[in-house]
Amino acid sequence: MASWGEASQSRLIGKRITRLSGKEKVTGKAKYTYDINRPGMLYGRILRSEVPHATVTEIDLTDAQEMPGVRAVMPLIEAGRKIRYQGQEIAAVAAETDDIAKDALRAIYVELEELPFVATEADAMAEGAPQVHDDWNGNQSNPSRGGQGDVEAGFAEAAVTVEATYHTPVQTHVCLETHGHVVEWTDEQNLTVWASTQAVFGVRNDLARRLELPANQVHVITEHMGGGFGSKFSPGVEGLTAARLSRMTERPVKLMLTRKAEHLVAGNRPSMTQHVKAGATRDGRLIAYDMRGHGTGGTGGGAGFTGPYVYHVPNIRTERTNVAVNAGSQRAMRAPGHPQGAFAMDSLMDELAEKLGMNPLEFRRLNDESEVRQAQYTLGAQEIGWHRRNSVAGSGTGIKKRGMGVGSGQWGGGGGANTQARVNINADGTVEAITGTQDLGTGIRTAIAIIVAEEFGLTTEDIIVKIGDSAPGLPAGGSGGSQTTPSVAPVIKTAAANAKQKLFEHVAPLLQAPVDDLRIGTGTIYVASDRTKTVTWQQATGLLGQETISEGGEWDRELRQGGVAGTQFAEVEVDTQTGHVKILKIVAVQDCGLAINRLTTESQINGGVIMGIGQTLLEERIMDPMTGRMLNANLEDYKVPGTHEIPEIKPIVFDTHRKVSGVGEPPCIPTLGAIANAVYNAIGVRIRELPITPDKVLNALAEKA
Amino acid sequence: MSDKDKKQDTNISRRSFIKGVGTGTVAATVAPAILVSDEKTAEAQTDQAISKAEIQLNINDTLYEIEVEARTTLLTVLRDGTDTGGNNVDLTGAKLICDRGECGGCTVLVDGKAVYACMMLAMDAQGKQITTVEGIANGDNLHPIQEAFIKHDAMMCGFCTPGFIVSSVALLNENRKPTLTEIKEGLSGNTCRCGTYPFIFDAVETASEKM
Repeated sequence: MASWGEASQSRLIGKRITRLSGKEKVTGKAKYTYDINRPGMLYGRILRSEVPHATVTEIDLTDAQEMPGVRAVMPLIEAGRKIRYQGQEIAAVAAETDDIAKDALRAIYVELEELPFVATEADAMAEGAPQVHDDWNGNQSNPSRGGQGDVEAGFAEAAVTVEATYHTPVQTHVCLETHGHVVEWTDEQNLTVWASTQAVFGVRNDLARRLELPANQVHVITEHMGGGFGSKFSPGVEGLTAARLSRMTERPVKLMLTRKAEHLVAGNRPSMTQHVKAGATRDGRLIAYDMRGHGTGGTGGGAGFTGPYVYHVPNIRTERTNVAVNAGSQRAMRAPGHPQGAFAMDSLMDELAEKLGMNPLEFRRLNDESEVRQAQYTLGAQEIGWHRRNSVAGSGTGIKKRGMGVGSGQWGGGGGANTQARVNINADGTVEAITGTQDLGTGIRTAIAIIVAEEFGLTTEDIIVKIGDSAPGLPAGGSGGSQTTPSVAPVIKTAAANAKQKLFEHVAPLLQAPVDDLRIGTGTIYVASDRTKTVTWQQATGLLGQETISEGGEWDRELRQGGVAGTQFAEVEVDTQTGHVKILKIVAVQDCGLAINRLTTESQINGGVIMGIGQTLLEERIMDPMTGRMLNANLEDYKVPGTHEIPEIKPIVFDTHRKVSGVGEPPCIPTLGAIANAVYNAIGVRIRELPITPDKVLNALAEKA
Repeated sequence: MSDKDKKQDTNISRRSFIKGVGTGTVAATVAPAILVSDEKTAEAQTDQAISKAEIQLNINDTLYEIEVEARTTLLTVLRDGTDTGGNNVDLTGAKLICDRGECGGCTVLVDGKAVYACMMLAMDAQGKQITTVEGIANGDNLHPIQEAFIKHDAMMCGFCTPGFIVSSVALLNENRKPTLTEIKEGLSGNTCRCGTYPFIFDAVETASEKM
């Protein structure tokens, strides 16, 4: 049975290995899609609607077409069609410079007949509200219902109940490299596409279908990409538009979204509002959970969220709806549905524990069936110093009050059989690992090198990792769902093992030993039963002559495992005069399975926590109910965490077994509840609506007083 | 009753217009008549509408002759500029991320100080020494900040990394031994979305010990 071997035997796996692309990234030489400059390249731009709901009555491209430097103008919507959200595409241009493209957009004449709109969930749900979709009955989807047991009977057994409403707003992805492509047709039937994407092969297949070309005639390259977080799986309107502009002009075209468009149309995490009633028995067992909730994913659906979450409840009744508003559509965002659901559940858990007079950590222990998390609770509590927590919320003295909280999360991340890879050993000793996956910054490039280098007794610098390119024809799945490493790693591992076996077959006659008696040393191959018999890596590969060993691999399920648990503890300090919440420390204990690279795994945990901090304290898409426009579609008013918001973060890589799991998403989940509960513990007033901004803190304190 | 309710009650279908400034003579609206270096150019401008000027920029100790418009930013020159010999400047390390001087992705050194290249007009950079992230290392020898960023994994997707590298160099040029608070203050003009901050702080501390 395949295995990753004992930790004590690993030279590289599980150690802290610096990333392969580090030098390129710190010197500015790493080329992202946005950095691709092709000879004769034009700059594409898209004109977007500023109004949220309208019928297009006229589009006149003449003035734009006649401008010097403009090479192509094309409509993206026909007169008579409807605009349903701010940012919807109207027309596109390609010009000699980006500034000329910008000018050309201003010269496009568009006439719109504005229609009544709904900008917020409350507006959309009001009686007689304007409809986002003509063929819907109102703006709310049919409810999806779920449950188990008997909720009424459960409440009859409850000693305490809590009824509360929790809300999280729409959050946007804020990829620093906006969505975009550089497209170049090599002839009428073949094109090369540099794409900022999480799915090299997804973009290839999607573009090929839309352009009615065989898939192998679309060549997609993603050497480096500047963040996706779930929003970059499809080429989108902008990718197809770039391809068409390039086709029209017979010139390469670069088309990157503007920062504003990135906020408006490139995806977001849906909002959540849930009214929940839950009960617990006197001895601290959750007994009933009754929840009605909704969220908005913009014009479409997709506003799901978890609940109940993590903790075991025998009697459950849930009802969820999607509310359509005139705003850009949601896309998957880092652990879709989980952070918002976890915020509500962890807040609810603390509210119940307080009514029971129990320590919230003890209450969790009684209701959490995960053995992994039980161990994490102990570790995290020690690390944060849980005994220092206020036993009575808000009982601290002084203007600045401190508090502690805990939150939990779970995720899948077990990977899938979607990756093909090859590991090549060349006669000159060089090694290539090739697959069609892509590195979003998670470090898969380095993880691949670690696995191959470990197998061959080499260093990561010895391995040439070729990823982010569809040309070798080795498909891999999109990087979503924390699936990349558990999908790719087992295939690379078995491919390397197969290649090693082939090399051993060449070496065995020279060393006069059977193949299964050969072992890999550090840069050597030796005979296990007679260690004096040895060859260097170079000598061994030199035996290949004109041959190259090139082996594929299998997705061996035994090498990966899904279902990771995590818990986080937060300590905060709330200024009761300004309402400012300062996070002092977050301890993140994250089940990672086998961490191939401890260093980049810690980076991912830090990153998840920091995105969670943003969602808890800062981030919110603000819609203007008067105009239907997003008021903060920039990086000044849409606040993401900066240096001053970063507390001491203690990432604890909780690797309890030797199977690979994905960890991109799970660390962003428990943060929200941990911080919200810590704020309550500090000031004794609960804020059930994110983000926890100073105005909400001051209002809450004023109501309490 | 809010204004919006009134609007909906009266059911007015307003006609709205998205229209470029200056109908017909669009080009004229994009060329403010400034920045002309000689009369010939001034005359040309009235015909061509877009006024251009040739300037010299010292970037990473190389002198570039570049034709720019008044509105051309330093960042545009670095990334998309072409010198008068037709060669691309192609210094794409500095990134345009927020497009409004908020995120620091385009940070470069101008006479040793950190500057947002998206907020500086190319013409204003004449006569100054511009250093981009590509000019921070000494040939193949990385700057201690760059070494430390690699060692501490102070990057994930890496898109913000060039800006952080340059801001960190500027910070250490002014303050060789910054405290954690001073590091946070010194880098507060840069934004990372992947959340690499803790390791960036570690990297700057390490580099400051080595410099």
